[in-house]
Amino acid sequence: MSEVNMEAKPNLDRRDFLTKSSIGLAGLAIAPGMMLFDLAHGRAQNEAASNKVRWGMLIDNNKCETGCNDCVTACNTENGLSGGTKPTDSQWIRKVQLKDTFTGRVSSLPMMCQHCENPPCVDVCPTQASFKRADGIVLVDKHICIGCRYCVMACPYQARSFVHEAITDQKTEVPRGKGTVESCTLCVHRIDKGETTACAAACTKAGHNAILFGDLNDPASEISKRIRAVTSTQIRADLGLNTGVRYEGI
Amino acid sequence: MKMAMRLTAILVSIFIATSVYASDKSPVPHLDIGKGGQCVEEDHALMRKTHMNLLKHQRDETMRKGIRGQKYSLAECVECHASQKTNSVLGSNEAFCQGCHAYAAVKLDCFECHANKRKVTAEVSK
Repeated sequence: MSEVNMEAKPNLDRRDFLTKSSIGLAGLAIAPGMMLFDLAHGRAQNEAASNKVRWGMLIDNNKCETGCNDCVTACNTENGLSGGTKPTDSQWIRKVQLKDTFTGRVSSLPMMCQHCENPPCVDVCPTQASFKRADGIVLVDKHICIGCRYCVMACPYQARSFVHEAITDQKTEVPRGKGTVESCTLCVHRIDKGETTACAAACTKAGHNAILFGDLNDPASEISKRIRAVTSTQIRADLGLNTGVRYEGI
Repeated sequence: MKMAMRLTAILVSIFIATSVYASDKSPVPHLDIGKGGQCVEEDHALMRKTHMNLLKHQRDETMRKGIRGQKYSLAECVECHASQKTNSVLGSNEAFCQGCHAYAAVKLDCFECHANKRKVTAEVSK
């Protein structure tokens, strides 16, 4: 669609082109590191995801309200999940309650795919169906998933679910089917449109603001500033997976 | 006179019977093409023959690289070709996808996972 037809401009030689385009680029950069448009978030629809971006979330345990389930509900609605909690039901995100037995502090946090930099689910997948996209989102290619469930066993966060029964009425943007493994997609279809994840949006809407979504690679993003300023933890950091989802206050 | 009328009646009935028989011999699927309109490819014969390859190439680009909004998209097939009545490309042998696949005896796997209903109306009806 946006192919440049070079033959239509026969007079534009290489030197001329470079000079003109560098003038154009200089105009777009206000100052070093500051551009008129945001490169990371303004990815065109027909452009591939880039490894210059790494999507992640920071979850503030202090702000996450015990008993609130809005993120889970939002995820279920967005992705067309049943919302059931039987062992055979898919759960892409769940609320986990923590109790410090010494102080008696009870808190809760949402648990989902942590979108690891070195994901064990990708390591073990025999068909390469489990993969990490360039921008750090860990996904399952259900076209080639054989449903062996090695990834389910390999995941230290129990983030993956297997679809046991035939599904109807899937969402157009979230294909799901029997015999394949699935997990949180970090709302990849929303991210590709430049939106935030459904859980983060629901948390903000509920007024808790416990989930902060953003680009971990962009030093100017809100999430990067926050993880630079406060102590945040990776769950099972000892495994060296470098998770994309981090927690604050646990 | 009576004889002539009887003969005509016999001839007419034979003609009807043979024409029905002829169409029975080479049945064609009668498809509900939904909204229809301009297809992504002008050549319908090409679409009939290669739609699966076009979709298969595109799906990997979208799935693995996140390239969206391209020319070929299963969601767009459904958008145009879902029946106006049932809002789906499946459900009967007149439905656009199922009808032709049943006719050609080719298993249709796409909709085990993908939505077979048009997006907008499907969400409104919920």
